[in-house]
Amino acid sequence: MRRGSTALALGGLAAALAFPLLATRVTWQNTAILMLMTAQLGVAWNILGGYAGQVSLGHAAFFGAGAYVSTILSMKLGISPWLGMGAGAVCAAGLGVLVGTPCFRLKGHYFAMATIAVGEIVQAVVNGSDALGGAVGFTLPLGETGFWGFVFNRSKLPYYYIALGLLLLTVGVNWLVNRSHVGYYLRAIKDEPDAARSLGVSLTRYKMIAMMLSAGLTAMGGTLYAQKELFIDPNSMLSTSLSIKIALVAILGGAGTLWGPVLGAVVFTGIEELTRVAFGGTGRGTDLVVHGALLVLIAVYQPSGVMGLFTRRTPPAVPPPEPEAEFP
Amino acid sequence: MTVELLLQTLLSGILIGLVYALVAIGLTLIFGVMDIVNFAHGEFLMFGMYAAFWGFAFWKLDPIVTLPLTALLLFAFGVVVYKLVIRRITDAPMLSQIFATFGLMILFRGLAQYLWKPDFRSVDHTIVAGKVVLGGLQFGLPQVVAAAGAVVTTAAVWAFLRYTRLGAALEATAADKEAAALMGIDAQRMFALAWGIGAACAGVAGALLATCYPIFPEVGSTFILVAFVLVALGGFGSVVGAFWAGILVGVVEVMGGFLWDPAYKMVLVLSLYLLVVWFRPQGLMGKA
Repeated sequence: MRRGSTALALGGLAAALAFPLLATRVTWQNTAILMLMTAQLGVAWNILGGYAGQVSLGHAAFFGAGAYVSTILSMKLGISPWLGMGAGAVCAAGLGVLVGTPCFRLKGHYFAMATIAVGEIVQAVVNGSDALGGAVGFTLPLGETGFWGFVFNRSKLPYYYIALGLLLLTVGVNWLVNRSHVGYYLRAIKDEPDAARSLGVSLTRYKMIAMMLSAGLTAMGGTLYAQKELFIDPNSMLSTSLSIKIALVAILGGAGTLWGPVLGAVVFTGIEELTRVAFGGTGRGTDLVVHGALLVLIAVYQPSGVMGLFTRRTPPAVPPPEPEAEFP
Repeated sequence: MTVELLLQTLLSGILIGLVYALVAIGLTLIFGVMDIVNFAHGEFLMFGMYAAFWGFAFWKLDPIVTLPLTALLLFAFGVVVYKLVIRRITDAPMLSQIFATFGLMILFRGLAQYLWKPDFRSVDHTIVAGKVVLGGLQFGLPQVVAAAGAVVTTAAVWAFLRYTRLGAALEATAADKEAAALMGIDAQRMFALAWGIGAACAGVAGALLATCYPIFPEVGSTFILVAFVLVALGGFGSVVGAFWAGILVGVVEVMGGFLWDPAYKMVLVLSLYLLVVWFRPQGLMGKA
């Protein structure tokens, strides 16, 4: 890493650590926690969707897997949600393999559509299953509070720092992947799949590695969400609109860049919260109008994502159209 | 008795499947011509339903009577959406295209809520009210008319693509943009046309559904998932594929709900879709 970006990263980290101590209003802290959690999901998605170029629109299934596994383990067997978080990640990685097996045969839009189908199947199954709480979901019991019980009711600060820690872990995994040979293979798979295959790179194997990492990290975010909200149901944990939001956050910031999804989460959550505070509550959808219009404007005028504003040398995903030939 | 019930279920599935197909045809046409998945397609359907509803509420005009007008309105709307937004992202990466049409979806839903409130509305009397009795079988007339309208519209789009010069130009652009441009076909015009026809198909479906389905700002979400499945199952860009996929999915959905459990009918439909694309990634009638 260059010295400038190291300084920037350290400065950002210091600011993130100090923020909740300076901004003591609960609404600010809540928004900040939401941003960190959304950022973590975007960064996790980025491993598969950004680096490997496999646009998943079904990541809510992994998010939900993390939340449901840890919740059920702690409610039925009294296992600490911290252990549940690990178990959820392993289950989600397994689910990822199950999803990847048929879906990795598909490319581009076909892959994206298939992942929507997978997400919807998982949601419908949970909705219809009484053992999994059905459409009602679970309200987590206020049992053991404190660190080991993963429930904090005195202050939001523990959730903030756990969310920050999880985000840093996810960024760290992203950074390691990006630097390792896996990262090179993934970019090769994204940009030149045929060339990569002809050089002996097993496409399915590396896509699967990306999928497992991405799914596992997303599931950890799901456990955190469940422990923070203490309520999970299929609609809030497993919906396709959540899957799409996870992808949008990464795309908004700049898919395939290390910090893009973080930036995207800050902007996306910021827009969402601001429009809700400014225009919401009327029940008339003004917030949706503004939110939607902003998304369209960004997509039209800043297609490479917000990161594109800072890095001028972001290579476009498709070659720019050739200038039209002019005959003298 | 059981045979009759089975037949009743089967035919009901075909009826609803034909309407599904009409929604999907617009989507697959847009995709085929310009490789963009329109997440806001369900909202075109929603606007079609509201157009029919307001015609009824203000002027007591039946949705079936105003159907041609609804189709025209939605055609214009599709072209405007193309000119204002889509034209600017034609060559953008797939990711920002998803972003743009998803933003449109949120925007349109918000607009509908803002303008018309989130209430459920319905057209409470229509000239197609009643039942069709066929031996021991019984079908709602609105459903039968909707299915018939869907078949006619689908056939019209298919014939337009196959037998008119403009349709051929559209297909040529879908097959090879550059080559078509060299033949003097204006790609921009073809894209606008695809969005117009795509939106008009959704509008027709909306008008037909307005006679028998509640109308509310999020109604598009009910149909868009099935439409996506049909487009992928039939083969991206294939009108005929979407048509047959519609019938197949309608039958599987209704039969699954009848024989197994209504809660799992979508699981069945989606699993069927995944199974098909596992072995045939390009869909039933898509080109490899």
